[in-house]
Order: sequence, then C-alpha cells, then structure tokens
Amino acid sequence: MNKIFTILRREYLSRVKKKSFIIMTVLGPILMAALFVVPVYLANVSDREMKVAVLDETGLFYDAFHNSDKVEYENIYMDYATARDQFEELDYDALLHIPESALNNPNSVKLLSTSNIGLNMISDMESVIQKKLEAHRLSLSGIDKKVLEDIEVDVTINTFIYKEGEEKQNYSEISYALGLISGLLIYIFIFLYGAQVMRGVIEEKTSRIVEVIVSSVKPFQLMMGKIVGIALVGLTQFVLWVILTGLIVFTFQTINPDLFKYKSPEQQMIENKGLTPDELAVQQENLELSNDKANSLLEGIRQIQFGNILIMFLFYFIGGYLLYASLFAAIGSAVDNETDTQQFMLPVTIPLILAIISMQVVLNNPDGPVAFWMSIIPFTSPIIMMARIPFNPPVAYWEIGLSLAMLVAGFVFTTWLAARIYRTGILMYGKKASFRELFKWIRF
Amino acid sequence: MTFFEAENVSKNYAGHTALDHVSINVKEQSIFGLLGPNGAGKTTLIRIINQIIGPDTGELRIKGEKLNPDHIAQIGYLPEERGLYKKMKVGEQAMYLARLKGLSKQDAYSRLKKWFEKFEIENWWGKKVEELSKGMAQKVQFIVTVVHEPSLLIFDEPFSGFDPINAELLKQEILKLKDKGATIIFSTHNMSSVEELCDNIALIDKAKVILDGEMQSIKQEYKSNAYELKVRDLQKDINEILPSSFNLKKIRALNNCQSFVVELPGNVTSNELLSQVMPHAQVSSFEEILPTMNEIFIRKVTEAGRSK
Repeated sequence: MNKIFTILRREYLSRVKKKSFIIMTVLGPILMAALFVVPVYLANVSDREMKVAVLDETGLFYDAFHNSDKVEYENIYMDYATARDQFEELDYDALLHIPESALNNPNSVKLLSTSNIGLNMISDMESVIQKKLEAHRLSLSGIDKKVLEDIEVDVTINTFIYKEGEEKQNYSEISYALGLISGLLIYIFIFLYGAQVMRGVIEEKTSRIVEVIVSSVKPFQLMMGKIVGIALVGLTQFVLWVILTGLIVFTFQTINPDLFKYKSPEQQMIENKGLTPDELAVQQENLELSNDKANSLLEGIRQIQFGNILIMFLFYFIGGYLLYASLFAAIGSAVDNETDTQQFMLPVTIPLILAIISMQVVLNNPDGPVAFWMSIIPFTSPIIMMARIPFNPPVAYWEIGLSLAMLVAGFVFTTWLAARIYRTGILMYGKKASFRELFKWIRF
Repeated sequence: MTFFEAENVSKNYAGHTALDHVSINVKEQSIFGLLGPNGAGKTTLIRIINQIIGPDTGELRIKGEKLNPDHIAQIGYLPEERGLYKKMKVGEQAMYLARLKGLSKQDAYSRLKKWFEKFEIENWWGKKVEELSKGMAQKVQFIVTVVHEPSLLIFDEPFSGFDPINAELLKQEILKLKDKGATIIFSTHNMSSVEELCDNIALIDKAKVILDGEMQSIKQEYKSNAYELKVRDLQKDINEILPSSFNLKKIRALNNCQSFVVELPGNVTSNELLSQVMPHAQVSSFEEILPTMNEIFIRKVTEAGRSK
C-alpha cells in the first residue's frame, strides 16, 4: 500500500508539474469564462454613436426611426443628388435614402456611407422599414394595423411535470444543454486521461524502466498507482477549472457590475419619446411577456441542482475513467510504441463513440429504452447517465444505484482483465502482440 | 554455506518450456555465474528470483527460508533491459527507485549522496536523464541497484554499455560488494569477465542446467591433457621427435625459440612428453593448458545441440 502511494505520488507530481498541465489549467478557465463573459460584454459594448440622415421621399418615415444610444436619426429634406454631393460636409455617418419608388419596390432603399455599417444596424433599419411598409399596404387594402396586431398571437407552451400531486415547471432546453455538456465532458475526460495512462505505460516499456520497478513492486501495484495518480491529476484539473472559472466570472462581475444586468431592448424603446399612448401600451405588454420568458429561464436555471449534477459528474467521471483507464493500460502494455496501439484502441473506443452518437436520441427521450439500457451498461453509462441527469423528472434512485453498481462491477472486471494482460505485456519487448496472444495472457 | 537455492524450478509458457527442473545452489558471499546462450531461460530464472513472475513448480529459498515478498528489499536487481524515466531528474529518480525498495526518505537521500560522491557524479543530481549518455545512465542504474544494501545482488549483463574504464570501476565495485558480504548472481555472455569474477557457475541451455559447479574444478574436468612448451635449439623436426599418438596442435616460431601445443592421449602423462622432447632441445617453459570458459561454453552447448 505504501508503495502504491509512492508510485501514485510520482505519477501525480510528474504530471502536475508539467508545463502543458499548467498551461491547460490556466487556459481552460480563461476560455470557459470567455464563453460567459465575451457575449455579454460584446452585447453591452456600445459602439460609437452613429448619426444617420434619413431622406424620406415617401413621407411615411418621418417618425419611424427611434434614436437609441447607438444611433441617432435625423430627417433631412433635400433631393438625393444634393444630399449625396454634400454628404461629407453634412457630417453624417450614413445617409438612408427611401425613394418614392420604395412603396412599390422596397429594394430601392439605399444606405450611403463612407465606412462600413454594422449588420445589426442595417437589419434594425430593414425591420423598421418593413413594418412601416406593411402597415402602409394594410391600410391601403382597408385593414387597420391595430386589428392585425390584435390578431397576432405568440405562443409559448410551458411544460410541467406532474408527479406526486405536484405540478413542476419543466425547462427541457436547459436540461438538454446541460446533459449534452456533461456527457461530452465525461467523454473528453475519459479519452484525455485514459490516453495518458496508455502513454505512461508505453513510456515505461520503451524506456525499459519497467523491469527495474517490477522487481520492487507488483505489476498490479504499478498499474493501479499510475491509474489512480492520473485520476487525481484529472480531478485536480477539473476542480481548478471550476474554481478558476468561477473566480474569473466573479471578478468580472465585481469590476463591472452592470455587465450582467439584464437590459431588455424593449425598455429602451419605451423610454423613447414620440410613441402614441396606444403604441406604448402594446410595447408594455410585449415587455411583460418577454420579461416572463426571461424570468422563467432564470427560474429554470435556479431549479437545476448544480450540486447534485456536480457530485454525479464526479462519480461517473471516476467510475468511467477507472473502467477505461485499466483497458488503456492493458493496451499500452501490449505494444512497443504508440503507432501500434491502433488495432487495440478500436474495440475500446467503439462503446465510447457509440455513446456519443446515441446521445442525441437520449437527449430527445431521456426516459426511453435506449437511454435506460445505455445508462445501465457500464461501458456507456458514464456518458449516457450524465446526459440524462439534468432532466426532470430526475432519474429514479434505483436506476442510478443500479447503474453505479454495474459501473463498479464493470471496472473491477476490466481491472482484473487488464492486470492479467498488463503483467505479461510489460515484460515483452520487441514483439507486437495479437488479439490471440492477449487472450492467451488473460487465460494464463 | 548456501545463501540461495532453487530446487526443481519449472516454468512453462503457452507452447514452450522456459525452465525445466532447474536447480542451482549459490554459496553465501560468492559470485555465481549464470551462463547460457540467448533464450536458454536465464532471464526467466532471474525474474522468478525477483518474484516478477512465479514458477509453475519448484521451490526457491533464501537462507533456507522460502522466497516471499519480504525478500524483495534484500535483493538488488540490474536487469539486462534497463532504463530510466527520460524526463525525470536523476536525483528524483534515484530517490524514487530507492524508496520503492523500502528505504526511508532520509536514508535514501544520505546513501545516494554517498554513492554519487563515490562515482563523482554529484553534479548530475539535478540533470534530466535524457541529458546523460548511455554510460552515465548505467552508472546511475548501478547505484540504484545497490543503494539499499541488498544481501543478494543479481546482475544481468552488467557491463554492456560501459567503456573499459567504467567497466573496470564496476568490476571493482562488484568485488568490493562481495567482500562486504553480498552474494552475487551474475548473468552474462562475456566469458572473460566470468573468468575474472565467478566462483561458481551454472550453464543453462534449452531450459535445463547442463553444467554446474565450482569454476576451477570445471576447468580441471574439461581440460584436454594439452600442454604448451617452448624450446630452444631444436635439433630435429618436432614431428620426428613426438610419437604419432601425440596430437601436435599448434606450432609457433618465436624469435629464438619455438612453441608447441601438444594434446596427449588420455593415459599419457606430462612427464612422458617432456622426456620425449628433452634429449633434442632446451625446454624453456612448460605449462598445462586449461580450457577457457569460452571453450567449455561452446563445447557444452554444441554437444547438447548435437545430442538432440
């Protein structure tokens, strides 16, 4: 036991001290935090305020464009040729020309500028023009715009889970995303650290140190020391990632508290002047609806039991990793260099890849038979079960229990199998083993 | 006194026999040569002694006690296929291997420092193994083999990779270890080092021991009743002097004398050879030729090959 610890310590320290580990550990959270922070940041960064001149020949658009903190619209009244000639002196960033013909041919609208105009701004203008033109055509055909707005409906179905006489709102989009992320993370972790075990074994074999070591410790001790040591490296990295990501996001939040406040664009529109009371009421209604949606999303996130998911993630990461790591160790022991591993890798990676492919099905039907069986079979359960766990209703306790028990049985079995291949394989030099030979080593 | 013995040890691998009822007996504080051609089973036997693999049948004993995991700390093993972690620092690595043999941190450190000083390699402590030459790495390996002061040392081809100067250094260290009380099993193809170092030998071929015993008595046993004599002033052709039953094997002309190697028939003594030659020449030297281990090795192994 003492010797396993000595081995474990070396395996752990030699990897944690590596530059690549440190770089990955620092870079990972920065990337993850960037994933949170950058979109929020970008959405809030105000571009330079633009001044746009509106040259409206139709007379429809004099109050159609509303200023925001990004754009200021100003109506100008002159003919297009003059405006274009004086464009530079007029000190506008852009000139929006809506010719008379736009009423019949909307594509004749023109935006003139000296530099590039953001796509968002253009699409904003397009939607304003489109709405106005639609309203114009409606009134021409005798339909009041208000009637149309009354007719328009926006449907969102709120899903509820009814269980034990209680209604609970369900947020399957969030569960879907979380399931996908956790399943993929498990897959990546198993591959990343399983391959490290394999490479470690090959390194010991090719550097010929293995015989020196097994004269002091049992091959099984060496294998377990390595597997557990690398598992701890993986856990260390994961925990550091979670902590550092949290830290970075938190720091950003304290430095710039406004960044994460939810600013609804509707709010800004209401603040704008020049709306008729009717229009204001409609906007207000829209705002409440969309606030509802935003709130329900937040509520959904709040409802997720992150603690639970994290604990299950650790269980399934450790279980799945142990199951596969010993197989990777066996592969490493059977070959002389990394290029020879291909033929043995295939049967080991097939269940993992199968699990990833089936994840789509499982996420769409987290309580279906595919999901059930694949989360019981230990070779696929770490990925599939993690994909199921964020969903509501939660996976039954007996299923998780059975799945974990099977996983434990699975890794006891693979470890036993791998140890038998390993102890013979590590002492075989210069010979590429075949599957038949591996089988012989197991029986022997 | 017997320090280590193996009795009727057999080991079968799927499809072939690596050891077939092998028995050896190693005396305390002696150097035991384990000889044999490639693939004879030496490495298998050594691995069994190191408890890396187990025998199918047979028993091994150290000082009469059945071999068990507690003995691992008493054995030092320098394998033929040896290496170190390339990316690890020499000192860290030596500490690691010493601790795996059961030394405490302090013990491992102080003893390693002593050995590093002795081999004048203290400044390698912080270097990475990949920066060392092969010979340098071998020195480190030798140190970690002996650092826990094992009472049984097993060297498998210890001299491969050493230049003559370091090989000599190593040889001296091995002899010193023996003087300090260690028992040494020494496996090699290098017969001249066997002659220099070994007290006893066992020759293994095709999984069986085909020859074993004290090296000097084996040499006596395998001598072919041959003599080398140097003479001056030879008056007659040597072929006319010697009876036809004497087998003249080699003639060499030196500056002012001649040298002959003569193999005598089994019942003829050296005195008879001398009395035949003396009337016709001045004998300046006369010596019995003992076979080298190399010759015995080749002879035994080819004989065994023929008898199959």
